[in-house]
Amino acid sequence: MAIALVDGIVVEFDEREKLNGIQLARRAGIEIPHYCWHPGLSVVASCRMCLVEVGKHEPTTGDIFFFPRLMPACNIPASDGIVLVTQSAKVQQARAMVQEDLLLRHPVDCPICDKAGECYLQDYYFKYGHKQRRTPWHPFTSRRKDIGEKITLFVDRCIMCSRCVRFTREISGSGELMIVDRGNEQVIDIFPGFPLNNKLSGNVVDLCPVGALGDKEFLYKQRVWYLRSHGSICIECATGCALWVDENQDRIWRIRPRENPFVNKWWICNDGRYAYPYIHSPQRLTTAARRSPDGWRPLNAKTLLQELSAFLQEKERWVAVLSPFLTVEEAYLLARVIRQADPRAPLVLGYVPRTGRDETFPGGFTIAAEKCPNRRGVEEVIGYFARDVRPIDELPQVIHRHGAEALWITGGCRHGWEPIPWLEEIRELKLPVVLQDIFPSPLSESSEFIIPGATFAEKPGSYVNRHHRLQMVRAAIRPPKGVLPEGKLLWQLEGREGPYDPAAVLQELAEDIVYFRAALGPIPETGVDLRVNLLANSATDASNGPAAESMTIDS
Amino acid sequence: MTDFEPVLLANKTKDRSWTLTVYESGGGYQTLRQVLRHKSPQDVTKAVEASGLRGRGGAGYPTALKWSFLPMDHPGPFYMCANADESEPGTFCNRVQLECDPHQVLEGIILSCYATRIRRAYIFLRYEYHLAYQRLEDAIKEAYAAGYLGSNIAGSDFSLDIFVHRGAGAYICGEETGLLASIEGKRPYPRSKPPFPTSRGLFGKPTVINNVETLACVVHILQRGEEWFRSIGTPPPPEDPKELGSFGPKIFSLSGHVNRPGVYELPLGIPCRDLIERHGGGVWKGRRAKAVVVGGISTGILSCHELDTPLDFVGPVRAGCLGLGTGGVIVLDETFPIVELMYNGCRFFAHESCGQCTPCREGVPYAFQIVEAIRGGRGRLVDLDTLLEISQNIGITPGTTICGLADGAAWIVKTCVNKFREELEDYIRRTNPTGYKRRLPLGTIMLPPGVPAGIKTRFPKTLPPQGTSALSRSSQETGGN
Repeated sequence: MAIALVDGIVVEFDEREKLNGIQLARRAGIEIPHYCWHPGLSVVASCRMCLVEVGKHEPTTGDIFFFPRLMPACNIPASDGIVLVTQSAKVQQARAMVQEDLLLRHPVDCPICDKAGECYLQDYYFKYGHKQRRTPWHPFTSRRKDIGEKITLFVDRCIMCSRCVRFTREISGSGELMIVDRGNEQVIDIFPGFPLNNKLSGNVVDLCPVGALGDKEFLYKQRVWYLRSHGSICIECATGCALWVDENQDRIWRIRPRENPFVNKWWICNDGRYAYPYIHSPQRLTTAARRSPDGWRPLNAKTLLQELSAFLQEKERWVAVLSPFLTVEEAYLLARVIRQADPRAPLVLGYVPRTGRDETFPGGFTIAAEKCPNRRGVEEVIGYFARDVRPIDELPQVIHRHGAEALWITGGCRHGWEPIPWLEEIRELKLPVVLQDIFPSPLSESSEFIIPGATFAEKPGSYVNRHHRLQMVRAAIRPPKGVLPEGKLLWQLEGREGPYDPAAVLQELAEDIVYFRAALGPIPETGVDLRVNLLANSATDASNGPAAESMTIDS
Repeated sequence: MTDFEPVLLANKTKDRSWTLTVYESGGGYQTLRQVLRHKSPQDVTKAVEASGLRGRGGAGYPTALKWSFLPMDHPGPFYMCANADESEPGTFCNRVQLECDPHQVLEGIILSCYATRIRRAYIFLRYEYHLAYQRLEDAIKEAYAAGYLGSNIAGSDFSLDIFVHRGAGAYICGEETGLLASIEGKRPYPRSKPPFPTSRGLFGKPTVINNVETLACVVHILQRGEEWFRSIGTPPPPEDPKELGSFGPKIFSLSGHVNRPGVYELPLGIPCRDLIERHGGGVWKGRRAKAVVVGGISTGILSCHELDTPLDFVGPVRAGCLGLGTGGVIVLDETFPIVELMYNGCRFFAHESCGQCTPCREGVPYAFQIVEAIRGGRGRLVDLDTLLEISQNIGITPGTTICGLADGAAWIVKTCVNKFREELEDYIRRTNPTGYKRRLPLGTIMLPPGVPAGIKTRFPKTLPPQGTSALSRSSQETGGN
């Protein structure tokens, strides 16, 4: 272990971690202010906010030799015996001057700026800036420029950290953004006719340390200090990016990426970022109902539970469709409920939407072609209960072979059931269907029970992404009135006491199912790699591909 | 000092001195032939090292030491960049060299590449030097035809290709890493060092960057021997053995208010007064000098009391300037208002800032705006302190920016304010008789004391009683997200 000294605090670190000065100071609990540095982007060391005094400890003599220059902490490799001084008068003077410089031509239009409240320029000015402005000129120009479908640029708020430019060059690989002109006239811009419309473009808004890049979907909608952030998982594809869901009084206003080095690093795609409005769509199913001779009969939570229990008792042969949009816990509970009613009931994997191919960007970010969050987890649950995992296309055959009397279908895809080739066959069979879904569809029109389901933001649970990483989330908002989250309903149907507790279910299924064994115990924010367990199982095998591969980090 | 016979500019007065025939008739390329035949690359490096040659581009870094940083175990290729992007106001040494004697520069480049085993060299030429470009291109063609360039130079197994790259008129391209970025076809943003160009330079390969004048000196070191070179200039003072000394001839470009402006090749260490009086023919119109810009505007100025400063690598530093710089000496006579010099200097550097680092991008225009206000009769006495503080933070404190461009503005501002403070104060009082005492800008919102934490400013004396401002929330409440 190497040792460094940051403001007199001893930090132990491993030199192979390749830390820089900012990360090193963070280990000591000291925040070095910075604008241009971002862990996911290359280092330019141009904002000069992270200047520190750097010294070197001589192990032979015990002296500390200080370099005469101030150095940007973002560009100092942490090495053994390095000494950082982050609070000296020289450093404070330099920081205060950078702050003054940045505000010279900044419009300071915080009252109408979306970033206010989470703006680094604000924070750092209060912490490190001069007490007052001493220049006699007060510029106020706030030129706005559209640079893409989703992104708008407030030219004068920019502090030229060039994070967005580096992002488009290094991560999205599309390079739309550039810096034009030079000196204090330089601005961020696009080449005419080539707008910033790539699939990762939303990230530049999160990257921007000030309010220069605005998200048109979020612009002027909410002040950020009213928003509460909840950790969640994106369900738009099988990558399973970690998210922050920002809500205010059960209304989602913004989705931001949450750092998860094993899944999405710092980024998410626009598909996941801008998908949330469907959660608040007025078309959503919000009333549980049962078919009766004179139309739909609405049910409340209590009557629904009674009638469903009775219906489960009544029918003897069941087939269940477990949607890949269910959480692992819900799939497990549903399988148990169905197996209680019919111990030999086949379980079918639900509709797995796919579009195109996996899309990988130069920075390593991948948008999966499989547009559901939990196929792997549901497959493993099915595999535990039933012998083989049948795709939904084989549903009619499964029904025939089993002689099913009733069907339990779960949905949850916001795009509905396109296409449903087996729908007509089921209609002809006149099988009663219990349907849990979030939007009305041809299927819901012909079913016996309609149970409105909850979206990912409204229910707790865990998802397994395509790289076998299980991530657990809590509910960000309450579901709309009348919606019964799947897990809660199944928990009660199975006859369990108390409120729905997905953590308890996860522990239970982790004990039951070998695949989930690694999920025993508390789940960290970044999730657990379930292959750790597979590795232990296959340790007796030769040192072949899958075992070695499982140790690599997903990206 | 005895008369010095020029070597770098020896061909200047000859007719058609830029052609190969004239250069060869004066003994040109003989050194190259001798060296390629009889000397190993190590010998050349040793000779340059023994001569004590220091870079002529401004920083005065020992040339042989720079060469020695090239990694030995690197598979290559290595590159050489000859810096002829001379854009410093008041400097035109390289221009005369390239226009009058391009072959000498080429020979220097070939010898240096031979010493460092480099196979490919770029000459980065300032765009505005059209004549130099033509003559350099012609010279390269001639040299290729005569077998001094290309493969197997002069019958040896050494090969070299030279390319001329013209800049696009930006001062920052003269900074060595900015120059590399420009050759690579990118914005000339200087790069953060380390890694130094000698380990990762042009196209990510080890690169040596030297000024063309430095490279031309190599020819004469090898031709006349390092002893000859060390006999010129100022040796290091005996009391300070760490000092490297300033050896060899240097081309000074003299301009401004002198009778005979021009280019003079003189030994390093010549007193500034000698240069102006003996060579430049004295200050024009019988006036006295007020200030002298030492070596290009970025190095700062000497006042009239410091004219005996020797022009070598340490003399200007002792007189409170940045250094020798490029040797562009500008003389200002006693009638010239010093605020005009500051105005011009700041305007130049504000315009030429590449815009990468905050202190330079915003700080230099900030200084310029203040100087402009002073010049326009809106100055305040407190502005001079602000100027000193800005200059401290854009260049005097080392390391506040990636490259040295902001230093230029910082040093001109600092030396002007320090050395001519009385004149500037007089100027401010005279041009702004009603407002020169004002300390704070009008319309400033004053914050109650002790609120947003920060460094001590100079303003707490004039703060209003507590509670008068609406902005009285503590920094903990307002900061942090």
